[in-house]
Amino acid sequence: MTAHVHNTFRRITPQLIILAAVLLLNFMVFPDFFRIEFQNGRLFGNLIDVLNRGAPTALLCIGMTLVIATRGIDLSVGAVMAIAGAVAASLAVDGHGWQVALTGALAVGALCGMWNGVLVAVLRIQPIVATLVLMVAGRGIAQLVTEGTILTFLDPGLIHLGAGTILGIPTPILIWIALGLAVTAAVRKTALGMLIEAIGINESSSRLAGINSRVLIISVYLISGVCAALAGVIVAADIKGADANNAGLWLELDAILAVVIGGNSLLGGRFSIVASLLGALIIQSVNSVILLSGMPPEFNLIIKALIIIAILVIQSPTVKHALYILRASAEPQPSEPIKEAKESPQ
Amino acid sequence: MIRSTHLPLLITIATFVLAYTLCASQYPAMLSTRVVANLLTDNAFLGIAAVGMTFVILSGGIDLSIGSVIAFTGVFLAVILRDTSIHPLFAFVLVLAITISFGAAMGAMIHYLEMPPFIVTLAGMFLARGAAYVLSTDSVPITHEFYDTLQSLYWKAPGGGRFRLTGIIMLLTFLAGIIVAHRTRFGQNVYALGGGLSTARLMGVPLARTTIGIYATSGGLAGLAGIIFSLYTSAGYSLATVGVELDAIAAVVIGGTLLTGGTGFVAGTFFGILIMGLIQTFIVFDGTLSSWWTKIVIGGLLFGFILLQKGLTWATTLRRKPATEFAAQS
Repeated sequence: MTAHVHNTFRRITPQLIILAAVLLLNFMVFPDFFRIEFQNGRLFGNLIDVLNRGAPTALLCIGMTLVIATRGIDLSVGAVMAIAGAVAASLAVDGHGWQVALTGALAVGALCGMWNGVLVAVLRIQPIVATLVLMVAGRGIAQLVTEGTILTFLDPGLIHLGAGTILGIPTPILIWIALGLAVTAAVRKTALGMLIEAIGINESSSRLAGINSRVLIISVYLISGVCAALAGVIVAADIKGADANNAGLWLELDAILAVVIGGNSLLGGRFSIVASLLGALIIQSVNSVILLSGMPPEFNLIIKALIIIAILVIQSPTVKHALYILRASAEPQPSEPIKEAKESPQ
Repeated sequence: MIRSTHLPLLITIATFVLAYTLCASQYPAMLSTRVVANLLTDNAFLGIAAVGMTFVILSGGIDLSIGSVIAFTGVFLAVILRDTSIHPLFAFVLVLAITISFGAAMGAMIHYLEMPPFIVTLAGMFLARGAAYVLSTDSVPITHEFYDTLQSLYWKAPGGGRFRLTGIIMLLTFLAGIIVAHRTRFGQNVYALGGGLSTARLMGVPLARTTIGIYATSGGLAGLAGIIFSLYTSAGYSLATVGVELDAIAAVVIGGTLLTGGTGFVAGTFFGILIMGLIQTFIVFDGTLSSWWTKIVIGGLLFGFILLQKGLTWATTLRRKPATEFAAQS
């Protein structure tokens, strides 16, 4: 058990170091960064903001990690967010309660995910193309639902999901942490995680080994769709309206980045949801640094791009290999290279 | 004898002809040279960018940065023409040099750092968009005599259609793309790369040079598309052309190129662009359909063409075994 905890910790060490560095950067530009206050029955503070604003990306990257672990990719999550937000809003506008709105949105998300999954697993279409269809058409469908307007709603239950608090903690934070824990437990306490990794490493051999890869692939896309729907509902609830054009725009890219920063290979195989969630927090902390530093907002994107490129270069296979050679030649211990070899994704 | 590799291209052309006939039967005015000329002018920048995307996809890669590069080019031209007195032609050369080296840098990262093209060009997309923001967040108008001269260059066809310079540049770009893809060593290397990295290496394809060349081509063509876009709008705006990379990818797929790489034609992309332009023109003509139907129809078309390609690949693999037996007997 302790060995297991130790291994998990070693796996996420790089992400923890990067996150600590970015948070330190936050602290340097804004000394009050770590201060958390309790006012008006809720927690306030920059750290809480990072956790709260990072919720959509964090939710998306839970599903995305599983999809990428099967050597797939889901480009449609941003569009699914828009569809789910639109469905929830239109149900709320029609006078249904928040339970119906949420269930409806999640069901639509599951349907979208299933569509992607069937295209990939049954029709054997490349994931990037299969999900591109929904990415292109999805926003059109969302506009069809909202009839081209921004649908606003006033249902307090639905708004609570995005802007409310439970025991002083903003609801979105609780939702993504709970879902993250639940999915991690589901894949790690059972053999599911290993089966998903097996599909990502070699699908044909996994099928020969008796894994029902078709059902598993459909289910990971389904989970990704449900995660996206949940994120869409939160985003819509946060602004009390469904914006078919801008809800979740380019968030699929942030989610994929979070998974990659989390050290998961885009070629599938071993994965860590915790590391992906840390990746999502790193992205949000980078956004926060740029905001807090008071730099002109037009520099936001370029700084974010440079930081991301730096993180990616550090994690690229070539640089990792060079570092490994350096370390191996520096201290020739017989046990060290064997441990390292086990760590590498292949 | 129709080869199965040509079939997707033929089906794309047939779809275009069929769609055009249907549109024309409903609105005879669609046949006028004005509509044809506008189809070329309105899609000129997208077409040029899609040629670059075709090469990238043929090699098995993807380039998400082109929309941002187009916006950057427009803003760069607008700002440099506003703040300095250099001639636009010189500014064109300058911006093309920047975008080509930008593409080459992404190609180098993909090859030497062994990073997936998806992620590298995603970072490139953020970087180019960010650079455009830094230059200016406002829409900067371009007022230069040379721009007026270029915009007034057109050939007026009988029927009132104006074939502008930008549309003609797009046609020339496609022609050049077709020649490079099928008649040069670089083109053959691109197809080889798309067929499989290790096979290409064993065949002696210069991987580094080809990869860098492909992304430099795509960057350069995105730069050219940006110049055309700035001619089209007479302005540079950092929020323009968001998501153009998706339109370009869709055009390439509708044009019959496999996203796995190795199979496809530059000419197919041309018809892909025309089909997408035709849908928009039809919606404008109809007047009652909402703009979101464009997205839904293009998504549906994408799905149709992907299914078609799947069916074809499946049919050819089924047929291959008996075919070799026949060959042995005869």
